[in-house]
Amino acid sequence: MEYLINLAILFCIYGMLALSLNLVVGMTGLLSLAQAAFYGIGAYACAIGMTSLGLGFFTTVLLGILVNGVLAFIVGKILSRFQGDYYAIVSAGLSIIVFSVLLNWKDLTNGPLGIFGISKPAVFGYQLSSNLAYLLLCLAAVVLSYFFYNLIDKSSFGRTLKAIREDEQLTRSLGYNTKHFKSIIFVISAVMSGVVGAMFASYIAFIDPSTFQLKEGIFLFTIIIVGGLSSARGSIAGALILISLPEILRFIGLPYETAAQLQQIIYGGLLVLMMVLKPQGLFGKYKM
Amino acid sequence: METMIKVENLTKQFMGLKAIDDLTVEIPAGVATGLIGPNGSGKTTLMNVLTGLLSPEAGTIFINERRFRKIKPNMLRRLKIARTFQDSRLIEQMSVEDNLLLPVAENRCWHSLAERNTNAYREKLEAVLETIRLKQYRNKNAGELSYGQRKLLEIGRTLMQNAEIYFFDEPFTGLFPEAVGQILAIMQKLKTAGKTLIIIEHNMNLIERLCDYVAVLDHGTLLAEGTPAEVLKNEQVREAYLGK
Repeated sequence: MEYLINLAILFCIYGMLALSLNLVVGMTGLLSLAQAAFYGIGAYACAIGMTSLGLGFFTTVLLGILVNGVLAFIVGKILSRFQGDYYAIVSAGLSIIVFSVLLNWKDLTNGPLGIFGISKPAVFGYQLSSNLAYLLLCLAAVVLSYFFYNLIDKSSFGRTLKAIREDEQLTRSLGYNTKHFKSIIFVISAVMSGVVGAMFASYIAFIDPSTFQLKEGIFLFTIIIVGGLSSARGSIAGALILISLPEILRFIGLPYETAAQLQQIIYGGLLVLMMVLKPQGLFGKYKM
Repeated sequence: METMIKVENLTKQFMGLKAIDDLTVEIPAGVATGLIGPNGSGKTTLMNVLTGLLSPEAGTIFINERRFRKIKPNMLRRLKIARTFQDSRLIEQMSVEDNLLLPVAENRCWHSLAERNTNAYREKLEAVLETIRLKQYRNKNAGELSYGQRKLLEIGRTLMQNAEIYFFDEPFTGLFPEAVGQILAIMQKLKTAGKTLIIIEHNMNLIERLCDYVAVLDHGTLLAEGTPAEVLKNEQVREAYLGK
C-alpha cells in the first residue's frame, strides 16, 4: 500500500510539473528546457528555509515563489527575444547554470551532499506525517493546477499564447506585446514548478542537486510530448504513463542495470514513435 | 482630397537591392487606392513597411498627420490599421471564431487573463460571420478551410477591427467569381463607410471597378498616379506594366 501511495505522490508531482511545462511548451510553443532549474530552486528554498532558517513549509513556498518569480522574470525577459531552437539552447543553459550553483555553492546548498531532514508540512495545525495525508495534499494541488491550467487555456490570455505559438509576428500585428506575454507565462510556469519543488523536497525529506539536472527537464519534455501538447489531460496522462513505466519494468524481473538502460531506450523509442505516429501526443491539440 | 498616408523619400533594400527607392507618395483618405505595378516593383514591400513588418532604411511615414520613422506591428491596433496578406496568414490550429476574436480581445496581459467571456464581441462576431458566410464553420480550425474561405476569414478578421485604414494584398487572387463578388461587396461597403482602402491587385478590371485612385510602382519608384482612367492612358504605364 505504501508503495502505491509513494507512486501516486510521484505521479502527482510530475503531473503538476508537466502542467506547468505545458503552459510554456504546448500552449505558447516555447521550447523551454529550464523547468528543472525552477523545480530545483523551489525545492532548495523549501529545504534551506525549513532546515537552516526554521521557517514553516508554506513560508518557504512563498520564498520559493519570490526567488523563482524574480529569476524567471529576468530570464524570461531575455528569453522572450528568442524563438525555436535558440530558446531551447538558452533555457538549457539556464538549467545547467542553476545545477552548477546548487552543486558548488556549498555554504548554502551543502553541495553534492545535499540537505537532509526536511520535514513534512502542517496544514491548519495538522502535521501531515503519514504518506496518505501527504497524498491528499498532493491530489488537491493537482486538481488546483489542472483548473488553473484550464483557466488560462479558456481565457483571452490563453488564446493569445496559442496565437504566438503559431505566428508571433501576426499576433504582434493584431496589437499584442508578445514579448510581455511570453515573459509572463514563463514566470507563471516557473512559479508553479517551484511550488511543486517545495512539495517534492518536503515529501522526500532529502534533496541533492542530481535530481535537478537538465535531464530532468528533458524527462518532463518527454512527458508532455507523449501525453499531448497544449492539453491538461495530456500532461496528466503523460505523467501517469512515464511514472508507471519503470515500475512495470521492475516487475518483469530484469537486473537493475539492464532495467535502467532499458528504461532510457524505451523513453527514447516512445518519443520517436509519438513523433512519427501521433505528433500531437495522446491527448494533444497541437502539432509541433 | 485629404491625405491619410504619406511616405517621403522612403528606401528599403534587401542585401543591397533597393525594393523601394527614395519613394514619395500620398494615399488619399476615405477612398480606395489601387497599388499596381509589375512583380518585384515594391508594392508588397511598401505595404509591409507601412504595417510594420519591415523597417525602412531611410524616409519618413506620416499616418493621419502623425510622423513615424518606422511602424511597429503592435502599433497597428492603436493606429486603426488592418491588413490581409498575399498568402493568407491565419492561426491555423485555432477555430474560425477564435481567429476573429484575436484582433478585438483584451490585449493587456493581466487583463486578458481575467477575460473569459467574449459576449462583448458577440454581436460584432455574428455580423462578421454573416458577412463572410462562414457561420457554419465557426468551430472549424482555420487550417481546415478551403483557399477561398481562408481569404474570406482573413478579410473577416480585418472587419472585426473597426479600422480606419485597410490594406489588402491581392485579395482576389485565385478566387472563383462568386467569392470575388462577395469581397467586392465588402470593400464597397467599407468605402461607403468612409474607410481608407489600399489594394494591391493585378486585375485592372477590378481596379477600375473599385478604386478611385491608383499609384503605379516600378523598380521601387512611383511611375504614375491618378485616377484609373488617367493612369491607364499613361504611355509609361502601358509599356512597363501592361506591355502595350
